[in-house]
Amino acid sequence: MSPDLDRKAGSEPAIRVRGLQMTYGEQAVLTGVDLDVRVGEVVCLLGPNGAGKTTTIEILEGFRLPSAGEVRVLGEDPARAGEAWRARVGVVLQSWRDHARWTPRRLLAQLGDYFTPWSTPEHPRPYEVDMLLETVGLTEHADRKIGTLSGGQRRRLDVAVGIIGRPELLFLDEPTAGFDPQARRDFHELVHRLSDLEGTSILLTTHDLAEAEKLADRILILSGGRIVADGSADELTRQVAGTAEVRWACGADRFVHPTDDVVPFVRRLFEEHGDELTDLEVRRASLEDTYLAMVQRTESRATEPGLQEVAR
Amino acid sequence: MNPTKHAIGLGLRRGWTEFLLSLRSPQDQGFYLFTAVGTLLFLWFNRDNELEGTGLMYPTYALPSILGALLAFGVVIGPAFALAMEREDGTLLRHKALPYGMQGYVTGQLTYHSLALLPSLLTVLIPSFLLFDGLMHGGAAGWLTVAWVVVLGLLATLPLGMILGSVVPSTQKVGTWGMLPIMVLTAISGIFFPITLMWGWVQAVAQVFPTYWIGLGLRSAFLPDSAVTLELGDSWRTGMTVLVLAAWAVFGALVTPRILRRMARRQSGSQVQAAREATLQWVR
Repeated sequence: MSPDLDRKAGSEPAIRVRGLQMTYGEQAVLTGVDLDVRVGEVVCLLGPNGAGKTTTIEILEGFRLPSAGEVRVLGEDPARAGEAWRARVGVVLQSWRDHARWTPRRLLAQLGDYFTPWSTPEHPRPYEVDMLLETVGLTEHADRKIGTLSGGQRRRLDVAVGIIGRPELLFLDEPTAGFDPQARRDFHELVHRLSDLEGTSILLTTHDLAEAEKLADRILILSGGRIVADGSADELTRQVAGTAEVRWACGADRFVHPTDDVVPFVRRLFEEHGDELTDLEVRRASLEDTYLAMVQRTESRATEPGLQEVAR
Repeated sequence: MNPTKHAIGLGLRRGWTEFLLSLRSPQDQGFYLFTAVGTLLFLWFNRDNELEGTGLMYPTYALPSILGALLAFGVVIGPAFALAMEREDGTLLRHKALPYGMQGYVTGQLTYHSLALLPSLLTVLIPSFLLFDGLMHGGAAGWLTVAWVVVLGLLATLPLGMILGSVVPSTQKVGTWGMLPIMVLTAISGIFFPITLMWGWVQAVAQVFPTYWIGLGLRSAFLPDSAVTLELGDSWRTGMTVLVLAAWAVFGALVTPRILRRMARRQSGSQVQAAREATLQWVR
């Protein structure tokens, strides 16, 4: 069996993190993060601003040294991993005005060539430039100066640069910030294609909950320096009490009631009101409700010890 | 395939591409034109001045020195600006994310800034030969001296530019940390008037740095032997020139990789993000 297949079949996850801590001076940003990303999985990291999403991703990318904890990415410690490890990892950066005089075609050819020494017959690298341009929808802009591209086009180029080496693991930090709806949909399709066809493991951060729900096999919520929730969008929604809201009307009066047991509640409504019931609506809690509830819960917990300390 | 060699090859190609793109850019063309016209006008207005007691016309004395100063200035400030800017705009981070990307990036920088020296020197040198007489007294041997002084001067100063670009906190600071000291250094290094007119301690300071020696080396190539009386100790001190410039080159070769590695280690996306926000926030 080739080492490539071995890795896929093996038990070692693409990312394994235990007890990750990060402290800047006095301020603890990450207080003990545990997370796994299995091979081929798409995992989305959610969390409020300042929760440490970017810090976490930068540690996993090997761009930042953690204060404490165990980090394994593709079987190696990113802080010490060599250039061969680099060749297997893709990073989508949020750049902003670099290479303004270059064209997308020229830049992709130049940067992609760094991966040529790591090409094997089973896993050829890098992607062919024309194909990649087509994939991210930049074919007609391929020979324009990068400085003249629009924000969305630039971000698509960033994605192309990130995946040009055909990575086994891809990091995306807020990839669709500043995308219009069409570009966003195209990007989602691209992520699905990478994940389905190439088996690429993907870890991304976003503020867009609909995006997380659409893309991720699993969602992690980072808050107060820890992972406070881990599961599919459905599972997370079920973890929060009051998962549904029932609205009904009797004649001119309207009512709202949150409940966990929708069916018995609605049955009772019918039994009590019968034909007087003129309107009925059941609303499941959205991922957004869940997310906000969970973040609020950890944030209020985090402030309590602080208040005690002040009182002491 | 040896990946390090492969990356260095890519760096050479990157430097060449950057050079061609720069030649086609109106912004860079304007910069070359501005420097050349400024220098030529300065020489032209002083064309009838004679350096007392030597029979030497001012442009003859000043041209080789100015070429030396242009070299030292361009090759320090150019990479310093480029590096500081590309740390901020994410160019460097892009390379950090590639296997052996930093090796390729640094090779590209060295290639590009060495090549960029050609237009900056030639745009002054060629019109000067059309405008003024009696510039080159050394003949073929003189041109040979020009070649080795330029190469050695490049090796001595280019690493300093890379170091400067690695340690400045932001692009705006290249002015205060780089331009200002180098302009002062140029003023005291016998570029616009003979160093023998300066006080002794100023001469001593100037002789520590490469600018003076590059100028001296180029004067030894261009000027007649009689002009040696304008130099310290009435000598071209060729041996000393080689020694000082080589010492700077060795210093650069030893220190620069360490500084670059330290700088590259600190590169991250949040740093680029912070720089981006800083440029939007002018008043602090």
